[in-house]
Amino acid sequence: MFAYLLRRILYAIPILIGVNVLTFALFFVVNTPDDMARMQLGMKRVTPEAIVKWKQQHGYDKPLFFNPQSDGSAHLTDTIFWQKSVGMFVLDFGFADDGRDIRREIETRMWPSLAIAVPTFVVGLLLYVSFALLMTLLRGSWLDTLGVGLCVLLMSVSGLFYIIGGQFLISKLWHWVPISGYDDGLAGLKFLWLPIAVGIVGGIGSSSRWYRTIFLEEIGKDYVRTARAKGLSEGAVLFRHVLKNAMIPILTGVVVVIPLLFMGSLLTESFFGIPGLGSYTIDAIQAQDFGIVRAMVFLGSALYILGLILTDVSYTLVDPRVRLA
Amino acid sequence: MMPVILWSDALVFLLLAAVAAATWQVRRRPHLLLPWQRVRQNRLAMVAASWLALFLLVGGLDTLHFRPALPGNGPTVYAPEVVSVLDTALGPLKRQTEKTYSAPFATQLYAKESLTDANGQVRRDFPRLRYGGAHLGAQVADADGDIARRGALGALAGWLALGLLAAWQRWRGQKLSWVFWLNGGVMAALLGATASLAPYYHVLGTDKVGQDVLYLALKSIRTGLIIGTVTTLVTLPLGLGLGIAAGYFRGWVDDVIQYIYTVLSSIPSVLLIAAAVLMMQTLLETHPDWFDTAAARADVRLVFLCLILGVTSWTGLCRLLRGETLKLREMEYIQAAQAFGVSSWRILSRHIVPNVMHIVLISLVMDFSALVLAEAVLSYVGVGVDPSMTSFGTLINAARLEMGREPMVWWTLAAAFSFMLVLVLAANLFADAVRDAFDPRLNRTT
Repeated sequence: MFAYLLRRILYAIPILIGVNVLTFALFFVVNTPDDMARMQLGMKRVTPEAIVKWKQQHGYDKPLFFNPQSDGSAHLTDTIFWQKSVGMFVLDFGFADDGRDIRREIETRMWPSLAIAVPTFVVGLLLYVSFALLMTLLRGSWLDTLGVGLCVLLMSVSGLFYIIGGQFLISKLWHWVPISGYDDGLAGLKFLWLPIAVGIVGGIGSSSRWYRTIFLEEIGKDYVRTARAKGLSEGAVLFRHVLKNAMIPILTGVVVVIPLLFMGSLLTESFFGIPGLGSYTIDAIQAQDFGIVRAMVFLGSALYILGLILTDVSYTLVDPRVRLA
Repeated sequence: MMPVILWSDALVFLLLAAVAAATWQVRRRPHLLLPWQRVRQNRLAMVAASWLALFLLVGGLDTLHFRPALPGNGPTVYAPEVVSVLDTALGPLKRQTEKTYSAPFATQLYAKESLTDANGQVRRDFPRLRYGGAHLGAQVADADGDIARRGALGALAGWLALGLLAAWQRWRGQKLSWVFWLNGGVMAALLGATASLAPYYHVLGTDKVGQDVLYLALKSIRTGLIIGTVTTLVTLPLGLGLGIAAGYFRGWVDDVIQYIYTVLSSIPSVLLIAAAVLMMQTLLETHPDWFDTAAARADVRLVFLCLILGVTSWTGLCRLLRGETLKLREMEYIQAAQAFGVSSWRILSRHIVPNVMHIVLISLVMDFSALVLAEAVLSYVGVGVDPSMTSFGTLINAARLEMGREPMVWWTLAAAFSFMLVLVLAANLFADAVRDAFDPRLNRTT
């Protein structure tokens, strides 16, 4: 198991290097640092001195991959690629355009993101699985058809609609909770209800339908027939046998997103004014702050790879037949 | 007039040619036609297909672009503005712009203004619209009756057309189910009423600068369809080529391809798209000399967006095809072909590709609705289509801030969301039917 984990972690390194090379190519090869400086400083009336100064400030005044003016290993290390990407592996993300330390920002902003994402994830998962089990129990009846129809309808609605509609109905019309905002501790609870509820409702359609498909696939298997032949009730069959055996396909999709909960949701956070990582990213995209976007890309892919490893580990927990070697 | 073919138009024509070629191939082979006949027998799928066809018609008309000739003597001069056949067909809708917001079917503007009446008195009141209900003259109070009358007449005309269509189908020997009558009735009434009312009223209201929302919503359809379809031109070759190559050749080819798609899929897709679009924006902004018209620029940006969406979304298809090819290459008929010394290229093209096409088709139709929805989100984030291009995303984005007004400006949002809902719902239902018809895992007795 530990040998397996070690191998998976080592395998993650070339992938992260690949991610880094890809983002680096996107950000620095497609456009030269001069282009970026001109964009940041405004297109017109930019003096060459201003460009040189901007590049110096942001550390973009070095060659891209290879520095012929340095000696020894500095040939490779005194370049933009080395300086900008190696730090990321030790979680040193450098500074944003406004001069703040990106790592510190991430550390403070991940808590609001988690406050929204974790309840949405947990309550959502329970709700979707229960709804899917209910549909499976009623399979073939008109209630099942109605449920599937509802799911298709719900998944055809744009995610933006749930947010805007929720804000309009619950905050503006009924005045139950504030439209947007955030506060620390218990005082912030009133701001959290709506984004969490919207997040849960937004996922019902696709998730419940997907879980229902998984359950239906399980229910056609031989062990289910055996369980029924033993005289077990339909509820016992579903909860004790089908649910457990459906765990593997469910976990495949679910565990991988757990580490990504840190990143928060771009849309929800920006609509509800939550100072989390999602709104941080969206602000950075809109302000064209390349440092932050690159940091978030790196963090996102590292967390995704972590999620893949966790998925494999979780298989051993639910299925004793799976051995990682 | 001078026909103009924008980049996205060219890609749409390419796609249409590919679909036509595929249709011709399928029609000649009964075993390929069989699953499509199953789709045809699915009533819900045909309802969805009828709505999709309507959207495709609008989007198709909006893809035929040209530059109209300017009136005058001497050598012909063409207008700098690129318009489409749809713009010409909807002429009045495009031209009849008000000053600012007005509600659906309104005859007055949304905001009060200082008006000077005949006696020189200044008072605050809602001014009359320039075009909405203009034919009524002073009898504004008759508006409701007029709307009902025109709407009913339009619906009747629509039903008449439906009746003619039904008679023609009967004459051809087709049996018509109640679903045809219900769906056709709703569609004909809706289309007829809208067509008869739209020249006289703003059926879906007007937006901030007074443009007709119905016109904007119809224009958005093309953007959504292009994002949903042109993207497949990128995903298909990448996913199909790399997927079957990885599965068939295995070894280092497989390792390299798996490495590439793991890297791409490990980056959260919104971030990858955002990073790519940001770079594309910088590239376009530093080279303003590449384009002669604003439309061409916005269009290239749309094509780039499709390209980026394609590059970020082929990994799923690739993984599916790799798995399927791994399974297929161990089958007896492939091994027999190998034993006879058939070349790899021939095995891939004659034996593997036709046997994975159902997966490709299912995955492409399933992706379509996701792409249409993604466009709205990306445009909101600021990494979608060009802000000057009409799309569901830009409509929602512009209307979002108007929620706070009193009374609320709800019609732009309502129009954008309902058009999107109908398009995506129809696409989802049709995709489900295609999946059910093509999936070999489902046991069938027919």
